[in-house]
Amino acid sequence: MYKYNDFDAAFVAERNKQFRAQVERRISGALSEDEFKPLRLMNGLYLQLHAYMLRVAVPYGTLNSGQMHQLANIAQRWDKGYGHFTTRQNIQFNWPQLPDVPDILDALAEVEMHAIKTSGNTVRNVTADHLSGAAADELEDPRPYAELIRQWSTDHPEFQFLPRKFKIAVSGSAHDRAVIRAHDIGLRLVEKNGDTGFEVIVGGGLGRTPMIGKILRAFLPKADLLPYIEATISVWNLLGRRDNKYKSRIKITVHEHGIDEISKLVESRFKELRPSFNGADQSLFDHIKPAFAAPAYKQHSTELFEQNYSNDPVFRAWVDTNVTAHQNAEYGIATISLKAHGQTPGDASAEQMHLIADLAKRYGHDEIRISHEQNIVLPHVHKSDLPAVHASLKTAQLATANIGLISDIIACPGMDYCALATARSIPIAQQIATRFDELKLEHDIGELKLKISGCINACGHHHVGHIGILGLDRAGVENYQITLGGDATETAAIGQRTGPGFSADDLLPALERLIAAYLDLRSEPKETFLQTYRRLGATPFKAALYPERAVRANAA
Amino acid sequence: MARSFSPKIVTANALIEGDVIYLSADDTWTRDLQFADVITDEADADVRLISAASQTSVAVGVYLADIEIHPDGLKTKHFREEFRKLGPSNYFHGKQAG
Ligand code: HEM
Ligand code: SF4
Repeated sequence: MYKYNDFDAAFVAERNKQFRAQVERRISGALSEDEFKPLRLMNGLYLQLHAYMLRVAVPYGTLNSGQMHQLANIAQRWDKGYGHFTTRQNIQFNWPQLPDVPDILDALAEVEMHAIKTSGNTVRNVTADHLSGAAADELEDPRPYAELIRQWSTDHPEFQFLPRKFKIAVSGSAHDRAVIRAHDIGLRLVEKNGDTGFEVIVGGGLGRTPMIGKILRAFLPKADLLPYIEATISVWNLLGRRDNKYKSRIKITVHEHGIDEISKLVESRFKELRPSFNGADQSLFDHIKPAFAAPAYKQHSTELFEQNYSNDPVFRAWVDTNVTAHQNAEYGIATISLKAHGQTPGDASAEQMHLIADLAKRYGHDEIRISHEQNIVLPHVHKSDLPAVHASLKTAQLATANIGLISDIIACPGMDYCALATARSIPIAQQIATRFDELKLEHDIGELKLKISGCINACGHHHVGHIGILGLDRAGVENYQITLGGDATETAAIGQRTGPGFSADDLLPALERLIAAYLDLRSEPKETFLQTYRRLGATPFKAALYPERAVRANAA
Repeated sequence: MARSFSPKIVTANALIEGDVIYLSADDTWTRDLQFADVITDEADADVRLISAASQTSVAVGVYLADIEIHPDGLKTKHFREEFRKLGPSNYFHGKQAG
């Protein structure tokens, strides 16, 4: 795992010292809120509906057990005993008080963590495939590149006053688990004639104008990565709309100018910039890379695993649903669901965090990942240890076998916490998960990505959910709009609106009709919801959602 | 005829704790909606808002919210204000927890 060097540690300590003084000056009245707000946002501190919220970066989703223990300690000491893991691979604390925040930041610094770059018009925390360095289908671990981008972009002068936030995601596999097509820049490691390089995708994004990214460069040699990103950002830095916040993201720039013109501009800027990269970036990379070396895998019989797998149906169901193939055939990747039916998606109590940290230390080579799907991953567990891990998870409500199923919902905080929300999303997620658990249908339904946002900003990724739900305020009442056919992977697509929204009460019955229609329409049990939707189009699903309209249409 | 003005309260978040506060009649802040000062006159609303917003060492994000006067007390008009008054619906935290 990457360790801070002296520069990193000094940088974070200096920022924390500055922020402590800024908080003091705000409390004394020397700083007004208008002066203080950009400063607190630079340090991840938001003011939400009921309290402040501190957003802590988990770069490329990777944590060790010491860090997880410290997050739990912070939740216990300064918050209400829990934390919320988000689609940006961050953790958010929902209840800190302003005078405590400098102490929290110091506690984070003790374990090489911080809240920098979680807000503001900069290059944000770089996200990565949460199975990086472990997935069987991976070409190369993308995290060293994410770390390189992080080090180089933090406080980089070109990136201090961008038109808007800038989000980069990286993946090392053909199967996209990092939603790279819905980021400002998406990077995927690819192979060409025996060389590895990057496919560079630009201009994806969600929010009020969702767009799927376009290929800017099909193959970029690895050594060109930083100058090429800098060229891309600098082209946008000049062209990007600063007059209108809703048109400021690079997706709009690409849309307005066309990918061909953007590509021409980027390539020519790249030619100018390339010579100034004299290799320092490459030696930095060489320095970073060993920190991400694979752990020293142990060799051990997997017999215990096989025995338990055949004898214990609960364990078997958990393995089938939550454990993914590892690069090392004796190992498994265990995803810990933070979606126990009826609970808040992405929340973990301090006790749960401590337990997960202990398991990572004991059985997982001290590695933990946060997934953008709001779950926690133990990326390296020897199969013989999986029964013990599962048994331990069961004691803490952490053994729900629902990864990738309808109750594995992404939900943004919505109006239960967020000041921008137009409706709640958490209770909707809780109801859906509880209902489909009662029906005992979710394993039969199979893979289904349901994603909920509490406003048009789309933090809950609803546009790329197979079923997306967007909470709106219609004349002072919560109303939920359904989109279908979205996809967050390499076959990315934006979901299409089906029709008028539903009240909170009507939403669940509508979803039940939708799912019943799918079960009826699928050609075989293996055909997923998305495949069925793609084969048949929206019409039969709309008929299920709006039966009264179908009746009217038939009568006409 | 004067435009009808629906009754309002001044609300904000507290600087230190971050929680929801309401302006009371004596220009101090209360955490209980029932002690909020109800403003029924538009000109008055502007003045109270400006003076509340000047209390920058106590209150952040000051704005006017619609309120209804009922025999059994004040009721917020919009569901957003109702959540601000109570706290989140997934846990018994915030104002509802006392
Ligand atoms: C204080 C609470 C939050 C605020 C103020 C906030 C604000 C916003 C805004 C304004 C946008 C739209 C950006 C644009 O279209 O230019 C956005 C998008 C987004 N936010 Fe949040 N958000 C909050 C919480 C969250 C949380 C909890 C998550 C993760 C679960 C998150 C992840 C995202 C993602 C993934 C997007 C869409 C991707 C994109 O940038 O296009 N946000 N957010
Ligand atoms: S989608 Fe809207 S409601 Fe949900 S977290 Fe983002 S800004 Fe808040």
